[in-house]
Amino acid sequence: MTSLWPRIEPLLAGVEKPARYIGMERGSRVPHHGPGSVSWLLVYPDTYEIGLPNQGLQILYEILNERDDAAAERAYAPWLDLAAALREHAVPLFSVDTHRAAADFDIVAFNLSAELVYTNLLECLDLAGIPIRGSVRAAVDPIVVAGGHCTFNPEPMADFVDAFVIGDGEEPVGEMTEVVGTWKRAGRPGGRTAVLRELASVAGVYVPSMYDVAFDGPALRAITPRFADVPAVVDKRTVADLADWPYPREQLVPLIEVVHDRLNVELFRGCTRGCRFCQAGMITRPVRERPAEQVRSMVAQGLARTGYDEVALTSLSSADFSGIDGLVGDLVSDQIGCGNVGVSLPSLRVDAFTVGIASEIQKVRRTGLTFAPEGGSWRLRQVINKLITEEDLYAAVEGAYSQGWRRMKLYFLVGLPTEMDEDTLGIAELARNVVKIGKQYTKQASCTVSVGGFVPKAHTPFQWFGQNGTDELHRKITMLRDDLRKTAAQVRWHDPKATFAEGIASRGDRRIGAVIERVWRAGGTFQEWSEHFQLARWTDAMAAEGLDPDWYVTRHRSEDEVLPWDHIAAGLHRDFLWQDWQSSLAAHGLPDCRWTPCYDCGVCTDYALEHVVASTVAPAGGSQGTGQDLSHGGAVPVLLGPTRVAS
Amino acid sequence: MRVWFTKNGKVRFISHRDVARAFERAFRIEALPLSFTQGFSPRPKVSFGLALSVGHESDAEYLDIEFAETVPVAPLAAAITRALPEGIDVVEVVALADRAAALQEAVTAVEWEIELIIDDGAADASPTVVHDRVAALLDAPALVLERVRKGRTGTEDIRPVIRRITTLGPTERGTLIAVELATRPTSVRPAELIAALGTEFREGRVRRTRQWIERGGVRYEPIASDPRSVLEARAS
Repeated sequence: MTSLWPRIEPLLAGVEKPARYIGMERGSRVPHHGPGSVSWLLVYPDTYEIGLPNQGLQILYEILNERDDAAAERAYAPWLDLAAALREHAVPLFSVDTHRAAADFDIVAFNLSAELVYTNLLECLDLAGIPIRGSVRAAVDPIVVAGGHCTFNPEPMADFVDAFVIGDGEEPVGEMTEVVGTWKRAGRPGGRTAVLRELASVAGVYVPSMYDVAFDGPALRAITPRFADVPAVVDKRTVADLADWPYPREQLVPLIEVVHDRLNVELFRGCTRGCRFCQAGMITRPVRERPAEQVRSMVAQGLARTGYDEVALTSLSSADFSGIDGLVGDLVSDQIGCGNVGVSLPSLRVDAFTVGIASEIQKVRRTGLTFAPEGGSWRLRQVINKLITEEDLYAAVEGAYSQGWRRMKLYFLVGLPTEMDEDTLGIAELARNVVKIGKQYTKQASCTVSVGGFVPKAHTPFQWFGQNGTDELHRKITMLRDDLRKTAAQVRWHDPKATFAEGIASRGDRRIGAVIERVWRAGGTFQEWSEHFQLARWTDAMAAEGLDPDWYVTRHRSEDEVLPWDHIAAGLHRDFLWQDWQSSLAAHGLPDCRWTPCYDCGVCTDYALEHVVASTVAPAGGSQGTGQDLSHGGAVPVLLGPTRVAS
Repeated sequence: MRVWFTKNGKVRFISHRDVARAFERAFRIEALPLSFTQGFSPRPKVSFGLALSVGHESDAEYLDIEFAETVPVAPLAAAITRALPEGIDVVEVVALADRAAALQEAVTAVEWEIELIIDDGAADASPTVVHDRVAALLDAPALVLERVRKGRTGTEDIRPVIRRITTLGPTERGTLIAVELATRPTSVRPAELIAALGTEFREGRVRRTRQWIERGGVRYEPIASDPRSVLEARAS
């Protein structure tokens, strides 16, 4: 249980960014590992710079360390150079807090936010000296846990993870600590199987080894519990009221630059805009706003404690927060007493209201503004239920250019259901019009079109849709680039090959575990880093396992097909999702249920939850999904005043 | 104000830029009234001295800050240290004369303690061997290195800026030497000096121990507790 630091330190002289591995951030803990307490190692299986800011991991780190019966530390995936050095010198994966060996923890818990990090989980386990497959782990090996959005289809990782936490982790981590602590203090009776069986009874915890998986040829027949006390369906956990969880209280302040390097305060969880491609919006329902007063005090205390001069107000659609304009106004005019701070609002709607808020925040240096219309035509945006009219977009863009912004960034998905070439070319048309509007205000007006390939996700209306293959995505992207050649619009795109690999894992079943293991064994770590990604590793692994990639990726599913995640519930009724899929194919939009009558998706009713929103009316100017139609005389109630220049 | 601080232990793995950011956050945590530059993106008026490489320790780092209002000096060192990462400790803060020269230009010599180690079992980094190499290097009339400056390869004689090398004694892994290097007309990195002593040597622990400002025959540290030195610093 001693610190590995003396053995790690000499290796750091030869690696890139050694400060990734030293810990010591403001807010970090040196927890006491008492004999009766349960030790958790919280691992983000990507680089430190990407993993450190993760709010979910930081929240659990604090909650666990506040408990008398638990101690939590953190680890991140070592970069290739250190991974090689650790193997060469037989030094295991370690925590950054006290440089304790990963295998000395009772629980090693991973955050899975994206499918392409799956191989990094195997790499971390292997570096830790923990057997990668759960079936061969011994009683003394740590229990391997995973949480995060990807666990809503846990099957591809079921061979490697002992227990998945579905949904909000705040409450289950405490309950799991109690189960593991009791077992550990009693001398581990019944070994590993006993504690896993016990964990399977914790609400929201899925223990894959407690289920039988049956196939009929390529098709999945059923996933059934092996014991009567193991639930047939594992329901997600949901924190009913965010006000009870004002975390992180002491956000970590990294010593090196990381992504999202600022104070982050969560405005609300959940989103009922109902964008059909968006897994996050579907699986995090209902909307739970943090009380505005709590946001203010978390911002004030957070800034004072961290020394940051920027705060991001995070959520899935920050402009939807009740009273967002008042909150932002107070922040930028220093009504909360933190001095001059920058405010950023990720995930903003596309409308003039948003531009009004943006102009409040960015009084100077108005360079770029980002909008995400996602689809190139009104018809397609009805299909995906992102109900932004062209008028919304042009009003937003005109508002922005007229107030000094020069560069618009537009996000789109390609490969969406029912998409035709005219929809794809609609992206080019929008971009050209955006530039045209901009040129009325500034010669430097430009527009960047960022295109991602759509990957259908579990628990969304698009879970039945056959993803576009790499050739089709390439064709569409090329068509778009050709159409925008010699214009002031630039096109950027994600590699369709990576999109394809993501598709294998996204809707994969338990057989995909062997594929992930092969990709890892072939050296495929850090797969979301384009310089380390090769699709051949994935297709070779599929071939070696006798699996057809197209069966998993590009095939449309039928209504009666058993899906690999049917035994995991996000609360959304299957018939609601199917109905929404049919509405989608008919290009029918569905309004936001926060401000319209309930259409019974199943979440609130089944889980006895309610939206926690301070305002029962739709936000001013928000047309997306609110039924307001700005194109027919709807007024934009936010004043877009003349450009304010820095005093 | 001039701040004298150290950088020792694990925190030596953060970069010069990271240290600057840590100080800026520490000033905000302690709510110190910094002066800001004018313009579109106001920056606090903080200027750092010579950069210290990632991995090197130091007992003698300095930075200058300007406050917008008068701040009592006495409690500053403890307050800033409290808000800084472990291993970066403020030793002393003094008020500077208005026209003190910028640290980067003012510092004329730097002292180091450098550990020479070997990772090849056949080679030897014992004090006797190191002592001989040091003597040979110091006896040489010139020490010409090939260096890339602004994208062009050229040669430079670094012998004139090597003022002193002393063999201090053995360490667990090799030998510790003390070195004094002038910063002009050219600067020499510890790694270059190590290579000049012998290509089989590797860099172990490297610590900057002192920085010197020399002017008009007087030599003083950027901050000194001796009031006379401070006066001299102000006069510069």
